Amino acid sequence: MSNINDDKIKELEIKANEIRQSIIEMLMEAKSGHTAGPLGMADIFTLLYFHVLRHDPENPSLEDRDRLILSNGHICPVLYATMAHAGYFPISELKTLRKFGSILQGHPHREWLPALETSSGPLGSGLSQAVGMAIADRMDDKSPEKYFYCLMSDGELECGQTWEAVMLAGKEKLHNLVAIIDRNGIQIDGFTKDVMPLDPLKEKFESFNWHAIDVNGHDFRALNEAIGEAQSVYGKPSVLIAHTIPGKGVPEFERDYRWHGNPPGKGPEDDIPKDKQGEAALNRLRTLGGKIRSEHE
Amino acid sequence: MLNKKVHLSKNVFEKDVEQVPIRQGYGEGLLAAGKDDERVVALCADLTASTKTAIFSKEFPERFVQMGVAEQSMASVASGMAAMGKIPFLASYAMFSPGRNWEQIRTTICYNNRNVKIAGAHAGISVGPDGGTHQAIEDIAITRVIPRMTVIVPCDATEARKATIALAKMEGPAYLRLAREKTPVMTTDKSPFEIGRTEVFWESKDPEVAIIACGALVYNALVAARELEEDGTHTIVLNNHTVKPMDEEAIYAVAKKTGAVVTVEEHQIAGGMGSAVAEILSQKHPVPIEFVGVHDKFGQSGEPDELIKHYGMDKDAIVKAVKKVISRK
Repeated sequence: MSNINDDKIKELEIKANEIRQSIIEMLMEAKSGHTAGPLGMADIFTLLYFHVLRHDPENPSLEDRDRLILSNGHICPVLYATMAHAGYFPISELKTLRKFGSILQGHPHREWLPALETSSGPLGSGLSQAVGMAIADRMDDKSPEKYFYCLMSDGELECGQTWEAVMLAGKEKLHNLVAIIDRNGIQIDGFTKDVMPLDPLKEKFESFNWHAIDVNGHDFRALNEAIGEAQSVYGKPSVLIAHTIPGKGVPEFERDYRWHGNPPGKGPEDDIPKDKQGEAALNRLRTLGGKIRSEHE
Repeated sequence: MLNKKVHLSKNVFEKDVEQVPIRQGYGEGLLAAGKDDERVVALCADLTASTKTAIFSKEFPERFVQMGVAEQSMASVASGMAAMGKIPFLASYAMFSPGRNWEQIRTTICYNNRNVKIAGAHAGISVGPDGGTHQAIEDIAITRVIPRMTVIVPCDATEARKATIALAKMEGPAYLRLAREKTPVMTTDKSPFEIGRTEVFWESKDPEVAIIACGALVYNALVAARELEEDGTHTIVLNNHTVKPMDEEAIYAVAKKTGAVVTVEEHQIAGGMGSAVAEILSQKHPVPIEFVGVHDKFGQSGEPDELIKHYGMDKDAIVKAVKKVISRK
């Protein structure tokens, strides 16, 4: 684990805010796609790409790179925006999201964007792939050891295949595998507690011989410490159950499952009419949810 | 008469013809491929003995992953291993893989373009006593529709061994269909095998019908061809082991030469090898076709021979189909 100081946290906060603005802009342009998950996961992606991962945007196929496997492909706007801000491709490309011929397919496809580790969309298969990667890597006994980070949704914990992979990772004692679950409590049809209760989650993973850590998904210092703890565990895979706020950064979008699968412009109109949702969201982000005044106010 | 150029077993029509399960060839081929290339790894979902994966896993335990009964995860774990440069071969019964894990195969292997080989054992109705739940007769259809997928149905254990070795050297996803029961070994070490290339096993003078077969039923096709010749009906028998990419030129050539085709496979007629032949011929050289296969039914318990007969894939059914297609010319 590498330590993180106040200056670094400030820098990450600014970066995460820029990434959130990019997410809103690309969704406004695409006119379809998911909003809540990408906004909720922006802090975690920012920490990974700007502090944790061993990677090189100039050389995406760097052999010793850590692997980041996105299992719930539908939150790809946050992956794309973070990768663009990290320098994998020009930020201007973000506006092509979901359009014909774009490298940014509606769900990620590694052939369109070769810097991706995998293609994903159908839920529940990412952890298996990460487990396969870690097993294959161990067969080769390469040094230095890499980490395999699998980012997952809480909704896809309802898939049977996820638990097949959880079982295998425990059996294989993959200590360099770190799953990070976006525990935002929502899915398309409603709150996870209503659709399919998942708790007690930590105990579920522990009973499968994983090291499980509950963590605030918006606290950079706590997240960084949790990742460090996961890295230091030997003989077990680790999971961070990252408690996040879906829609984080735009108060009108936060914690409302109706923002799961809708872009600004097509979301619920309780607070903001459809045609104003995009600009309002950007304004909220620029002013940190109204805490600071925008330039033109 | 038998095509001498393909060096078939000399006693192929004798009672003492060697009988070996096709899946045995997979195990032996996997071991050979593993010795040849250390990137070859194997996965299995709790069926190491019956899929013959055990032949490999005993020799290379450190290159084998025991998945437990988890076929969906197995497909994606293999995808992940391929991402790290391995050449994974995964095996289960065809009913469960590619049956149960079709979407994982489509998305994480084929769409993702990973170099993974899928061996489906106990395919076909000849699985026998286990009954309809275990008789995969839809697997060719569901694999061949996936872009990038190569589909191979070897006719005997020797060919299965060669196919396994060839697949390890081929880049890209592939499905290898294997049968459970002992079946006659027609081919020899000298017989040619190349992915995507059919072989003429039998050709009479001035043939009137081309019998295009795959899998163990190639044997029934040969026996039917011999009986038909004695009866004055001249045929060609093509071993069409690569269902995808199919040897289109060879299919056109035999259709042009004979003007009528009978396809033979241990699979649903809908979507199988015969359907693929029809897709090809209907575009450039349509001829009458009769399909020998399962007519939109599920299987049941029974001995392999009686099931093959009951569902209309025995020698007599092939003879009947040949006569019928001639009447349609």
